[in-house]
Amino acid sequence: MMATRKKILEQEPSEMEMLLPWHAAGTLNPRDARRLDEALARDPELARQYAAIREEYAETIHLNESLGAPSARAMQKLFAAIDAEPARKPSASFNFSARVAGFFASLSPRALAWSASLGALALLLQAGVIGAVLMKNQTASYQTASLSLDESSTTRALGPDAPPRALVRFVPEARVADITALLDNYQALIVAGAKGSLFRLQFGNKAMTKDEIAALISNLQNEKIISLVVETP
Amino acid sequence: MQVLYGRHHVRVFRFGLRLVRDEQVAEDLISEVFLDVWRQAGKFEGRSAVSTWLLAITRFKALSALRRRKDVELNDEAANAIEDSSDDPEVAVQKKDTSEALRRCLTALSPEHREIVDLVYYHEKSVEEVAEIVGIPENTVKTRLFYARKKLAELLKAAGVERGWP
Repeated sequence: MMATRKKILEQEPSEMEMLLPWHAAGTLNPRDARRLDEALARDPELARQYAAIREEYAETIHLNESLGAPSARAMQKLFAAIDAEPARKPSASFNFSARVAGFFASLSPRALAWSASLGALALLLQAGVIGAVLMKNQTASYQTASLSLDESSTTRALGPDAPPRALVRFVPEARVADITALLDNYQALIVAGAKGSLFRLQFGNKAMTKDEIAALISNLQNEKIISLVVETP
Repeated sequence: MQVLYGRHHVRVFRFGLRLVRDEQVAEDLISEVFLDVWRQAGKFEGRSAVSTWLLAITRFKALSALRRRKDVELNDEAANAIEDSSDDPEVAVQKKDTSEALRRCLTALSPEHREIVDLVYYHEKSVEEVAEIVGIPENTVKTRLFYARKKLAELLKAAGVERGWP
Protein backbone atom coordinates (compact mmCIF):
# COMPACT_ATOMS: atom_id res chain seq x y z
CA MET A 1 0.00 0.00 0.00
CA MET A 2 2.78 2.39 1.03
CA ALA A 3 4.80 1.39 -2.02
CA THR A 4 1.85 2.05 -4.31
CA ARG A 5 1.27 5.45 -2.69
CA LYS A 6 4.97 6.28 -3.08
CA LYS A 7 4.88 5.28 -6.74
CA ILE A 8 1.85 7.47 -7.36
CA LEU A 9 3.54 10.43 -5.66
CA GLU A 10 6.67 9.91 -7.77
CA GLN A 11 4.57 9.99 -10.93
CA GLU A 12 2.73 13.15 -10.00
CA PRO A 13 4.13 16.23 -11.71
CA SER A 14 5.72 18.90 -9.57
CA GLU A 15 4.30 22.43 -9.47
CA MET A 16 7.42 23.64 -11.31
CA GLU A 17 7.02 21.32 -14.28
CA MET A 18 3.30 22.04 -14.50
CA LEU A 19 4.05 25.76 -14.83
CA LEU A 20 6.66 25.36 -17.59
CA PRO A 21 4.20 25.91 -20.49
CA TRP A 22 3.19 29.30 -19.08
CA HIS A 23 6.84 30.18 -18.68
CA ALA A 24 7.42 29.37 -22.36
CA ALA A 25 4.44 31.53 -23.31
CA GLY A 26 5.63 34.40 -21.12
CA THR A 27 2.39 34.57 -19.14
CA LEU A 28 3.70 33.78 -15.64
CA ASN A 29 3.88 36.45 -12.98
CA PRO A 30 7.44 37.76 -12.37
CA ARG A 31 7.80 35.88 -9.08
CA ASP A 32 6.97 32.47 -10.56
CA ALA A 33 9.04 33.22 -13.67
CA ARG A 34 12.06 33.94 -11.46
CA ARG A 35 11.51 30.75 -9.47
CA LEU A 36 11.32 28.75 -12.68
CA ASP A 37 14.45 30.35 -14.12
CA GLU A 38 16.33 29.35 -10.99
CA ALA A 39 14.94 25.81 -11.10
CA LEU A 40 15.83 25.48 -14.80
CA ALA A 41 19.38 26.59 -14.11
CA ARG A 42 19.96 23.86 -11.51
CA ASP A 43 17.84 20.99 -12.90
CA PRO A 44 18.93 19.54 -16.29
CA GLU A 45 15.91 17.22 -16.40
CA LEU A 46 13.56 20.19 -16.06
CA ALA A 47 15.57 22.08 -18.69
CA ARG A 48 15.20 19.16 -21.09
CA GLN A 49 11.46 19.17 -20.56
CA TYR A 50 11.41 22.93 -21.11
CA ALA A 51 13.20 22.51 -24.46
CA ALA A 52 10.46 20.09 -25.54
CA ILE A 53 7.82 22.58 -24.41
CA ARG A 54 9.35 25.38 -26.45
CA GLU A 55 9.09 23.16 -29.52
CA GLU A 56 5.43 22.45 -28.75
CA TYR A 57 4.83 26.15 -28.20
CA ALA A 58 6.37 27.13 -31.55
CA GLU A 59 4.52 24.43 -33.47
CA THR A 60 1.18 25.25 -31.83
CA ILE A 61 1.57 28.84 -33.01
CA HIS A 62 2.59 27.64 -36.47
CA LEU A 63 -0.41 25.30 -36.64
CA ASN A 64 -2.91 27.97 -35.58
CA GLU A 65 -1.43 30.60 -37.87
CA SER A 66 -1.81 28.22 -40.81
CA LEU A 67 -5.59 28.09 -40.25
CA GLY A 68 -6.12 31.32 -42.18
CA ALA A 69 -8.93 33.77 -41.58
CA PRO A 70 -12.69 33.76 -42.04
CA SER A 71 -14.25 35.05 -45.24
CA ALA A 72 -16.12 38.34 -45.49
CA ARG A 73 -19.36 36.31 -45.34
CA ALA A 74 -19.07 36.03 -41.56
CA MET A 75 -18.80 39.78 -41.13
CA GLN A 76 -21.66 40.46 -43.56
CA LYS A 77 -23.83 37.98 -41.71
CA LEU A 78 -22.99 39.57 -38.37
CA PHE A 79 -23.71 43.15 -39.39
CA ALA A 80 -26.91 42.13 -41.18
CA ALA A 81 -28.02 40.49 -37.94
CA ILE A 82 -27.11 43.60 -35.95
CA ASP A 83 -29.04 45.78 -38.39
CA ALA A 84 -32.04 43.53 -37.87
CA GLU A 85 -31.85 43.93 -34.09
CA PRO A 86 -34.49 46.18 -32.51
CA ALA A 87 -33.39 49.76 -31.87
CA ARG A 88 -31.97 50.32 -28.41
CA LYS A 89 -32.82 52.89 -25.85
CA PRO A 90 -30.03 55.32 -25.00
CA SER A 91 -29.78 53.95 -21.46
CA ALA A 92 -29.08 50.52 -22.83
CA SER A 93 -26.50 51.75 -25.25
CA PHE A 94 -23.43 49.80 -26.12
CA ASN A 95 -20.98 51.00 -23.48
CA PHE A 96 -18.25 48.64 -24.36
CA SER A 97 -15.54 51.31 -24.63
CA ALA A 98 -16.24 52.46 -21.11
CA ARG A 99 -15.96 48.94 -19.83
CA VAL A 100 -12.74 48.33 -21.73
CA ALA A 101 -11.40 51.58 -20.27
CA GLY A 102 -12.45 50.31 -16.87
CA PHE A 103 -10.55 47.14 -17.49
CA PHE A 104 -7.34 49.03 -18.20
CA ALA A 105 -7.90 51.14 -15.13
CA SER A 106 -8.07 47.95 -13.08
CA LEU A 107 -4.69 46.70 -14.28
CA SER A 108 -1.87 46.66 -11.76
CA PRO A 109 0.82 49.35 -12.15
CA ARG A 110 3.29 46.62 -13.13
CA ALA A 111 1.01 45.26 -15.86
CA LEU A 112 0.37 48.76 -17.11
CA ALA A 113 4.08 49.51 -17.11
CA TRP A 114 4.72 46.38 -19.16
CA SER A 115 2.01 47.29 -21.64
CA ALA A 116 3.33 50.81 -21.92
CA SER A 117 6.90 49.54 -22.35
CA LEU A 118 5.85 47.18 -25.12
CA GLY A 119 3.89 49.92 -26.81
CA ALA A 120 6.82 52.30 -26.57
CA LEU A 121 9.19 49.65 -27.89
CA ALA A 122 6.90 48.94 -30.83
CA LEU A 123 6.74 52.67 -31.62
CA LEU A 124 10.51 53.05 -31.40
CA LEU A 125 11.06 50.02 -33.60
CA GLN A 126 8.64 51.30 -36.18
CA ALA A 127 10.30 54.70 -36.12
CA GLY A 128 13.65 52.99 -36.63
CA VAL A 129 12.41 50.98 -39.58
CA ILE A 130 10.79 53.97 -41.23
CA GLY A 131 13.91 56.05 -40.62
CA ALA A 132 16.15 53.36 -42.07
CA VAL A 133 14.00 53.08 -45.17
CA LEU A 134 14.02 56.83 -45.69
CA MET A 135 17.78 57.06 -45.19
CA LYS A 136 18.40 54.28 -47.68
CA ASN A 137 16.16 55.45 -50.43
CA GLN A 138 14.83 58.94 -50.29
CA THR A 139 12.80 58.59 -53.45
CA ALA A 140 11.30 55.19 -52.85
CA SER A 141 7.86 54.83 -51.44
CA TYR A 142 7.60 52.69 -48.32
CA GLN A 143 5.12 50.67 -46.37
CA THR A 144 4.56 51.74 -42.80
CA ALA A 145 4.90 49.10 -40.16
CA SER A 146 1.76 50.12 -38.36
CA LEU A 147 -0.33 47.68 -36.42
CA SER A 148 -3.40 46.84 -38.41
CA LEU A 149 -6.66 46.65 -36.56
CA ASP A 150 -7.84 44.13 -39.08
CA GLU A 151 -5.76 41.11 -38.20
CA SER A 152 -6.90 39.29 -41.29
CA SER A 153 -4.84 41.64 -43.40
CA THR A 154 -1.70 40.34 -41.79
CA THR A 155 -2.63 36.76 -41.14
CA ARG A 156 -4.41 35.61 -44.24
CA ALA A 157 -2.29 33.36 -46.40
CA LEU A 158 -0.34 35.64 -48.71
CA GLY A 159 0.26 33.32 -51.64
CA PRO A 160 3.43 31.95 -53.17
CA ASP A 161 4.80 35.33 -54.31
CA ALA A 162 4.64 36.98 -50.90
CA PRO A 163 7.80 37.67 -48.89
CA PRO A 164 8.33 35.32 -45.92
CA ARG A 165 7.03 36.24 -42.49
CA ALA A 166 7.78 35.02 -38.98
CA LEU A 167 6.72 35.65 -35.41
CA VAL A 168 9.72 36.70 -33.36
CA ARG A 169 10.25 37.17 -29.65
CA PHE A 170 13.23 39.22 -28.51
CA VAL A 171 15.11 38.45 -25.29
CA PRO A 172 14.12 40.83 -22.44
CA GLU A 173 17.57 42.43 -22.35
CA ALA A 174 17.58 43.26 -26.10
CA ARG A 175 18.24 46.95 -26.67
CA VAL A 176 16.34 49.01 -29.21
CA ALA A 177 19.59 49.69 -31.09
CA ASP A 178 20.26 45.93 -31.38
CA ILE A 179 16.75 45.26 -32.64
CA THR A 180 16.92 48.08 -35.16
CA ALA A 181 20.27 46.77 -36.42
CA LEU A 182 18.85 43.28 -36.75
CA LEU A 183 15.85 44.55 -38.71
CA ASP A 184 18.23 46.42 -40.97
CA ASN A 185 20.51 43.39 -41.50
CA TYR A 186 17.62 41.18 -42.48
CA GLN A 187 15.76 43.87 -44.40
CA ALA A 188 12.89 43.10 -42.06
CA LEU A 189 9.75 45.05 -41.43
CA ILE A 190 7.47 44.84 -38.42
CA VAL A 191 4.05 44.21 -39.93
CA ALA A 192 2.23 43.62 -36.66
CA GLY A 193 3.04 43.48 -33.02
CA ALA A 194 3.24 42.84 -30.32
CA LYS A 195 0.83 40.05 -29.53
CA GLY A 196 1.92 39.25 -26.04
CA SER A 197 5.62 39.48 -26.58
CA LEU A 198 5.74 38.39 -30.23
CA PHE A 199 6.34 40.61 -33.23
CA ARG A 200 5.36 39.64 -36.76
CA LEU A 201 8.19 40.43 -39.14
CA GLN A 202 8.32 40.41 -42.92
CA PHE A 203 11.65 39.79 -44.64
CA GLY A 204 12.56 41.59 -47.84
CA ASN A 205 10.04 42.35 -50.52
CA LYS A 206 10.04 39.23 -52.63
CA ALA A 207 9.29 35.55 -52.23
CA MET A 208 11.99 33.08 -51.16
CA THR A 209 12.50 29.41 -51.88
CA LYS A 210 11.87 26.85 -49.15
CA ASP A 211 15.62 26.43 -48.63
CA GLU A 212 16.16 30.18 -48.39
CA ILE A 213 13.40 30.44 -45.78
CA ALA A 214 14.87 27.54 -43.79
CA ALA A 215 18.28 29.25 -43.83
CA LEU A 216 16.71 32.56 -42.80
CA ILE A 217 14.87 30.95 -39.86
CA SER A 218 18.03 29.12 -38.84
CA ASN A 219 20.05 32.35 -38.90
CA LEU A 220 17.40 34.12 -36.85
CA GLN A 221 17.39 31.32 -34.30
CA ASN A 222 21.12 31.86 -33.83
CA GLU A 223 20.73 35.58 -33.13
CA LYS A 224 21.53 36.33 -29.49
CA ILE A 225 18.75 38.85 -29.08
CA ILE A 226 16.06 36.48 -30.39
CA SER A 227 14.57 33.89 -28.06
CA LEU A 228 11.92 32.44 -30.36
CA VAL A 229 11.21 32.33 -34.10
CA VAL A 230 8.11 30.80 -35.64
CA GLU A 231 7.69 30.79 -39.40
CA THR A 232 4.18 31.84 -40.37
CA PRO A 233 2.26 31.80 -43.63
CA MET B 1 -18.17 46.94 -32.90
CA GLN B 2 -16.15 47.00 -36.12
CA VAL B 3 -12.96 47.71 -34.20
CA LEU B 4 -13.69 44.93 -31.73
CA TYR B 5 -14.48 42.57 -34.61
CA GLY B 6 -11.35 43.63 -36.50
CA ARG B 7 -9.17 42.99 -33.48
CA HIS B 8 -10.50 39.62 -32.42
CA HIS B 9 -12.35 37.84 -35.21
CA VAL B 10 -9.36 35.90 -36.56
CA ARG B 11 -8.47 34.47 -33.16
CA VAL B 12 -12.09 33.69 -32.38
CA PHE B 13 -12.37 31.95 -35.76
CA ARG B 14 -9.22 29.90 -35.24
CA PHE B 15 -10.19 28.87 -31.72
CA GLY B 16 -13.64 27.87 -32.94
CA LEU B 17 -12.25 26.06 -35.97
CA ARG B 18 -9.91 23.98 -33.83
CA LEU B 19 -12.92 22.93 -31.77
CA VAL B 20 -15.53 22.27 -34.46
CA ARG B 21 -13.14 21.34 -37.30
CA ASP B 22 -15.42 22.76 -39.95
CA GLU B 23 -14.75 26.14 -41.60
CA GLN B 24 -18.39 26.80 -42.41
CA VAL B 25 -19.49 26.09 -38.85
CA ALA B 26 -16.57 28.15 -37.48
CA GLU B 27 -17.61 31.13 -39.64
CA ASP B 28 -21.18 30.83 -38.40
CA LEU B 29 -19.80 30.68 -34.88
CA ILE B 30 -18.01 34.01 -35.09
CA SER B 31 -21.20 35.73 -36.26
CA GLU B 32 -23.07 34.21 -33.32
CA VAL B 33 -20.32 35.13 -30.85
CA PHE B 34 -20.11 38.78 -31.86
CA LEU B 35 -23.88 39.07 -32.06
CA ASP B 36 -24.02 37.82 -28.47
CA VAL B 37 -21.38 40.37 -27.56
CA TRP B 38 -23.48 43.08 -29.17
CA ARG B 39 -26.55 41.98 -27.24
CA GLN B 40 -24.81 41.40 -23.91
CA ALA B 41 -22.21 44.15 -23.87
CA GLY B 42 -23.88 45.59 -20.80
CA LYS B 43 -23.16 42.39 -18.91
CA PHE B 44 -19.42 42.57 -19.48
CA GLU B 45 -18.07 43.49 -16.08
CA GLY B 46 -14.48 44.16 -17.03
CA ARG B 47 -13.11 41.66 -14.54
CA SER B 48 -11.33 39.77 -17.29
CA ALA B 49 -9.72 40.65 -20.62
CA VAL B 50 -12.09 41.11 -23.56
CA SER B 51 -10.36 38.26 -25.41
CA THR B 52 -10.94 35.92 -22.46
CA TRP B 53 -14.62 36.78 -22.48
CA LEU B 54 -14.83 36.23 -26.25
CA LEU B 55 -13.07 32.88 -26.08
CA ALA B 56 -15.36 31.69 -23.29
CA ILE B 57 -18.42 32.58 -25.42
CA THR B 58 -16.82 30.92 -28.46
CA ARG B 59 -16.15 27.74 -26.52
CA PHE B 60 -19.74 27.59 -25.30
CA LYS B 61 -21.09 28.15 -28.82
CA ALA B 62 -18.70 25.61 -30.32
CA LEU B 63 -19.71 22.92 -27.87
CA SER B 64 -23.38 23.70 -28.55
CA ALA B 65 -22.74 23.43 -32.29
CA LEU B 66 -21.01 20.09 -31.80
CA ARG B 67 -23.92 18.81 -29.74
CA ARG B 68 -26.27 19.78 -32.57
CA ARG B 69 -24.31 17.68 -35.02
CA LYS B 70 -25.84 14.26 -34.85
CA ASP B 71 -22.82 12.50 -36.28
CA VAL B 72 -20.35 13.84 -33.74
CA GLU B 73 -20.22 12.58 -30.18
CA LEU B 74 -18.56 14.69 -27.54
CA ASN B 75 -16.23 12.08 -26.22
CA ASP B 76 -12.57 11.54 -26.80
CA GLU B 77 -13.01 8.12 -28.32
CA ALA B 78 -15.22 9.33 -31.13
CA ALA B 79 -13.20 12.48 -31.67
CA ASN B 80 -9.98 10.54 -31.80
CA ALA B 81 -11.46 8.01 -34.17
CA ILE B 82 -12.30 10.84 -36.58
CA GLU B 83 -8.91 12.42 -36.14
CA ASP B 84 -7.02 9.17 -36.51
CA SER B 85 -8.31 8.66 -40.02
CA SER B 86 -6.90 11.93 -41.31
CA ASP B 87 -4.12 12.86 -38.93
CA ASP B 88 -1.93 9.84 -38.80
CA PRO B 89 1.39 10.72 -37.10
CA GLU B 90 3.05 7.97 -39.12
CA VAL B 91 2.59 10.05 -42.24
CA ALA B 92 4.66 12.82 -40.74
CA VAL B 93 7.43 10.43 -39.84
CA GLN B 94 7.59 9.22 -43.41
CA LYS B 95 8.31 12.79 -44.32
CA LYS B 96 11.08 12.80 -41.73
CA ASP B 97 9.96 16.15 -40.48
CA THR B 98 9.82 16.43 -36.71
CA SER B 99 8.08 19.77 -36.79
CA GLU B 100 5.37 18.48 -39.03
CA ALA B 101 5.03 15.34 -36.92
CA LEU B 102 4.57 17.56 -33.89
CA ARG B 103 1.87 19.60 -35.64
CA ARG B 104 0.04 16.46 -36.72
CA CYS B 105 0.20 15.03 -33.23
CA LEU B 106 -1.11 18.34 -31.86
CA THR B 107 -4.08 17.91 -34.21
CA ALA B 108 -4.55 14.33 -33.06
CA LEU B 109 -5.02 15.28 -29.41
CA SER B 110 -8.48 14.92 -27.88
CA PRO B 111 -10.68 18.06 -28.07
CA GLU B 112 -10.20 18.60 -24.33
CA HIS B 113 -6.41 18.51 -24.64
CA ARG B 114 -6.32 20.44 -27.90
CA GLU B 115 -8.34 23.25 -26.40
CA ILE B 116 -6.07 23.72 -23.39
CA VAL B 117 -2.90 23.56 -25.47
CA ASP B 118 -4.25 26.24 -27.82
CA LEU B 119 -5.41 28.50 -25.01
CA VAL B 120 -2.04 28.45 -23.26
CA TYR B 121 0.35 28.40 -26.20
CA TYR B 122 -1.47 30.28 -28.95
CA HIS B 123 -3.92 32.52 -27.12
CA GLU B 124 -1.37 33.12 -24.33
CA LYS B 125 -3.88 32.74 -21.53
CA SER B 126 -2.80 32.53 -17.90
CA VAL B 127 -3.82 29.70 -15.57
CA GLU B 128 -6.59 31.88 -14.14
CA GLU B 129 -7.90 32.88 -17.58
CA VAL B 130 -7.97 29.29 -18.85
CA ALA B 131 -9.85 28.29 -15.70
CA GLU B 132 -12.41 31.00 -16.44
CA ILE B 133 -12.80 30.09 -20.13
CA VAL B 134 -13.04 26.32 -19.63
CA GLY B 135 -14.89 26.51 -16.32
CA ILE B 136 -12.56 24.27 -14.31
CA PRO B 137 -10.42 24.86 -11.17
CA GLU B 138 -6.94 26.32 -11.66
CA ASN B 139 -5.22 23.16 -10.41
CA THR B 140 -7.15 21.14 -12.98
CA VAL B 141 -5.94 23.52 -15.68
CA LYS B 142 -2.33 22.78 -14.73
CA THR B 143 -2.74 19.02 -14.51
CA ARG B 144 -4.84 18.86 -17.68
CA LEU B 145 -2.15 20.61 -19.68
CA PHE B 146 0.51 18.37 -18.15
CA TYR B 147 -1.37 15.26 -19.24
CA ALA B 148 -2.11 16.78 -22.65
CA ARG B 149 1.64 17.20 -23.08
CA LYS B 150 2.25 13.65 -21.89
CA LYS B 151 -0.28 12.38 -24.43
CA LEU B 152 1.47 14.42 -27.10
CA ALA B 153 4.78 12.82 -26.14
CA GLU B 154 3.18 9.36 -26.38
CA LEU B 155 1.81 10.13 -29.85
CA LEU B 156 5.21 11.35 -30.95
CA LYS B 157 6.92 8.32 -29.48
CA ALA B 158 4.47 6.04 -31.29
CA ALA B 159 5.40 7.88 -34.45
CA GLY B 160 9.08 7.31 -33.78
CA VAL B 161 9.97 10.81 -32.57
CA GLU B 162 11.94 10.90 -29.30
CA ARG B 163 12.46 14.26 -27.64
CA GLY B 164 14.04 13.28 -24.32
CA TRP B 165 10.82 13.80 -22.37
CA PRO B 166 9.17 12.13 -20.50
